[in-house]
Amino acid sequence: MGEFSLDNVNEMYLDILREIGNIGAGNATTALAGMLNQTIQMNVPKVQLMEASQLSSAICPEEEVIVGVFLEVTMDITGSMMFLMRMDSAHYLVNKLMGRDPECRDDFTEMDMSAIKEIGNIITASYLTALSGMTNLKIAPSIPHVAIDMAGAILSVPAIQFGQFGNNALMIQTEFGDDVSIDGYFILMPEEDSYEIILSSLGIHI
Amino acid sequence: MGNLIKVGMADLKVGRSTDVLTTLGLGSCIGLTFYDPQTKIGGLVHYMLPDSTKIKNHSNIAKFADTGIRELLRQVLQSGAEQRRLVAKIAGGACMFEISANTALGNVGKSNAEAAKEILKELRIPLIAEDTGLNYGRTVELNCENGEYLIKAVGKFSKVI
Repeated sequence: MGEFSLDNVNEMYLDILREIGNIGAGNATTALAGMLNQTIQMNVPKVQLMEASQLSSAICPEEEVIVGVFLEVTMDITGSMMFLMRMDSAHYLVNKLMGRDPECRDDFTEMDMSAIKEIGNIITASYLTALSGMTNLKIAPSIPHVAIDMAGAILSVPAIQFGQFGNNALMIQTEFGDDVSIDGYFILMPEEDSYEIILSSLGIHI
Repeated sequence: MGNLIKVGMADLKVGRSTDVLTTLGLGSCIGLTFYDPQTKIGGLVHYMLPDSTKIKNHSNIAKFADTGIRELLRQVLQSGAEQRRLVAKIAGGACMFEISANTALGNVGKSNAEAAKEILKELRIPLIAEDTGLNYGRTVELNCENGEYLIKAVGKFSKVI
């Protein structure tokens, strides 16, 4: 088996990730709809391959404050995963969940932070369930950690993680929405040998 | 009137007198500056990882402490700074999430800061100020007029080191 690297990734692998992203985001949408008790639409996710050093400004300007949820994954594959959203989307979801005025932009309380953790938990778990279902691999997520800070600072975490293995990084952008559209971003960061495990479990050998 | 020169992630730049070198939203990365007060030449490198020798693909030298700091030194000297007058400052190296600190990823901010100290010692350039660690992002600005290093963070007062 050759060595997998995101620096020379092929179309087929991107297609697979797009498909996992699609199913994962679909699961996440269903879970969110259940949580918020309303219908939610979802657009086809966009898979973006970019230089790791470009990640810091991939979602919004580096200094804009965003919400990042981070968790580690273990078992058959190891690595970590992030779910990111802009503040508007986070406020919208929290307000919905807490039954508040949708326009409310007060600072998040302790309770709101737990809600964000829970949203992050549901969304990432849905994504990982899709990945696990497709690959037949056992994947266990850790508890989620939340940070609210400048996009550049939060995205330095995946940039560094990808940067250890090469120059490129992968990000999946998903748009959920009902009357308001919510942009969410997934970043899956398998450890180097886990890429090969994912691919070979799908019958692809490199 | 000088310029506001932006330094991206895994990037480095040199400026002089009225120039201001800035990097936005430093997380676990480090923003290291060199400054020569006499010529008013300053440099800023925004590196991501401590050691290029541990990584297979290390073509981008500004990405690593060992290669990035030396390249910044080469460039400030080339611009007319004198090594014996240079002073260094560092900021960043945060741990953005409460990741278990014994993993490589949980520890990278700290390793990045330590790498700077080690390399500066080798180069015999004094580290005169630092604002590193903790769990928040920082935007930094090096004022090449006076060598002041301004640090801004969300929900905190700005400070100059």
